[in-house]
Amino acid sequence: MPNNPHEGVSVDAARELLAQRMELLRFTTAGSVDDGKSTLIGRLLVDTKAVFEDQLAHVQEVTERRGQTGFDLALITDGLRAEREQGITIDVAYRYFSTPKRSFIIADTPGHVQYTRNMVTGASTANAAIILIDARNGVAQQSRRHAFIASLLGIPHLIVAVNKMDLVDYAEERYDQIRREFRDWAAKLGQVDLRFIPISALNGDMVVTRGEKMPWYRGWTLLGLLEDLEIGTDRNLIDFRFPVQLVSRPQTEDLHDFRGYMGRIESGAIAVGEEIVVLPSGLRSKVKEIVTFDGNLDHAFTPQSVTITLEDDIDISRGDTIVRPHNVPRMESEFEAAVCWMSDEPMQPRKKYLIKHTTRTVRGFIKDLRYRIDIDTLHRDKESPTLELNEIGRCILKTQKPLYCDDYRENRATGSFIIIDELTNLTVGAGMIWRERHEAPGAAE
Amino acid sequence: MTHLRALESEAIHIMREVVAEFRNPVMLWSVGKDSACLLRLAQKAFAPGPIPFPLMHVDTCVKFPEMIEFRDKYAAEIGFRLIVESNTEALKSAPSMQNPGRYCEFCSKHMKTEALLGALEKHGFDAAIGGARREEERSRAKERVFSFRDDFGRWDPKNQRPELWNLYNTRVHEGESIRVFPLSNWTEANIWQYISAEDIPIVPLYYAKKRPVVRRGNAWLTAQDSRLLHEGEVPEERWVRWRTLGCMPCTGAVESKALTIEEIVAEAQAATKSERENRIVDQGKASMEDKKKEGYF
Repeated sequence: MPNNPHEGVSVDAARELLAQRMELLRFTTAGSVDDGKSTLIGRLLVDTKAVFEDQLAHVQEVTERRGQTGFDLALITDGLRAEREQGITIDVAYRYFSTPKRSFIIADTPGHVQYTRNMVTGASTANAAIILIDARNGVAQQSRRHAFIASLLGIPHLIVAVNKMDLVDYAEERYDQIRREFRDWAAKLGQVDLRFIPISALNGDMVVTRGEKMPWYRGWTLLGLLEDLEIGTDRNLIDFRFPVQLVSRPQTEDLHDFRGYMGRIESGAIAVGEEIVVLPSGLRSKVKEIVTFDGNLDHAFTPQSVTITLEDDIDISRGDTIVRPHNVPRMESEFEAAVCWMSDEPMQPRKKYLIKHTTRTVRGFIKDLRYRIDIDTLHRDKESPTLELNEIGRCILKTQKPLYCDDYRENRATGSFIIIDELTNLTVGAGMIWRERHEAPGAAE
Repeated sequence: MTHLRALESEAIHIMREVVAEFRNPVMLWSVGKDSACLLRLAQKAFAPGPIPFPLMHVDTCVKFPEMIEFRDKYAAEIGFRLIVESNTEALKSAPSMQNPGRYCEFCSKHMKTEALLGALEKHGFDAAIGGARREEERSRAKERVFSFRDDFGRWDPKNQRPELWNLYNTRVHEGESIRVFPLSNWTEANIWQYISAEDIPIVPLYYAKKRPVVRRGNAWLTAQDSRLLHEGEVPEERWVRWRTLGCMPCTGAVESKALTIEEIVAEAQAATKSERENRIVDQGKASMEDKKKEGYF
């Protein structure tokens, strides 16, 4: 066979890949135009070989067409035409790469246009956040803002990458200074796993490989940290929550009496024979079967999608939640939440919105805006009459029917909701349910 | 839970949301490897019941005969409702296949986009599930899982609804629709891992075989249909297979002797070129972004 491009890759290696039982880590990055975010992502993708030759050729071509020399790593993550023309990122983009240890999804969020809306979106599904700091400029407003949003969205691990070390002569003193400054400020955020790494995304130092310029740094490389970060405990494995998505009644000849409840286990685990209670009816039963296409299971755990049948015939429909009798969520039609506003049209107190929470959509309104949080100073503005686009505030919401919810800090899936405008159908806000005793990070006065 | 099973669970959750919240959903079935995974996921999502929506194949009329044969056989075997739609009206004014670039432009506009939009409207579908992946192409990296389309089936990349957690906004007005992508977070490697783990049947063209082809540019194109040949071209027999399947005139094969999934994956892993590289359609003047704005899947 002429010029076989696949030479040297063994079928054994492929067999290994097919059998791989990799774990997934999702992380978010945010940054302003000049802090090297696109270069860093380009570096991670190129050095982990997630970019194909034809894509690299394209980048080379564009770099040359622009009259630049070398290879502009930042171009790899260019998406829409308007972004290429303006040299900016408009919307959250998702990137994928993997190493033999883990698979990664990057939620790549822009740092300037619509920053809060996009950062919140990217952060909502992330296990970790990379906060970029330009070593020349030190801790900028932008970095603090991103760290605050990451912690508000409950991201447990914050990785502070002090970038452009090449432009400060790889000086340990500069790195230490930034580290101290950020650590002092981050004390306001409450409990987060905070890590620091000095890098040069441009030259690749401490990103995938160590490089030779910073022998004084003995910690992880960025990729090494991403690969080894302990995330097993990020999910709530204790509180069984099963919001019903669909009721399955095939009514075919062989499944005449089958009645199953389809959904995803949002947290915790359940086993056949265990006692359950259905909300809101409060009716109790026992799990009869856990049905899947691949056969019935004895037990199932988050985040599996399964179909549950019960010992008793009880009335259950979409939006109901199945839980354990001695571990129930709160049932509330009035609750406090941190709300991020995402629409050009400001929040209107007392206007009826739709609230989508787990599999349940109910009408509701903002009963009270307690305060707006200035995300730059973390100051609470109690006089603010409303929330505008990209603003975050603490609200009291009232819904027509109760939600079966947990505190966001304890359970992302049952503590989060989106707000939809009934007339335009747009998603206008996102909320995290927060009990009084849990103050928003940084809000301590 | 392994990455693959987490992706599986996510896709099942997405499909169930579609069935719970839309009046008249459809799944688009291109008969390729991504569609094969999508179909298995649909079976899993609704087991032990049947798949509660039809599958629709938009046939450009220049698909590989092997794909059509596979489609009909597999549909009968699993027993779902299959809809096949073609823009036969436009086909009457099709340009010659002697100019593949022009033919592709025609095909993409009329036989794919127009045909799809016409079919969605004809059946009144308010949600269309598709197998696109964010990793595939630059503009797709920004696509939502539940992606809004206006009355004209168009995508507005700069004005997308924010999508947080796994809470999907499924609301549309009459005439508007949502494209749903359960495989958004899958990579090509994940697709092969899943096909292997689940033993999912795929079109035989993915496996290498000695086939009649012609060399054009840097691609091997099938010579199985005489309409496809340029004047003076002489087909030769080569061991080839397809990494990705589309229409005959524009989907190039790669030289390969891969006869098993393991061998295919070994090649995919070693591949230094992206899988769409051999598709003429993706290299035209109109980018995927432009086509998607017009309503292309």
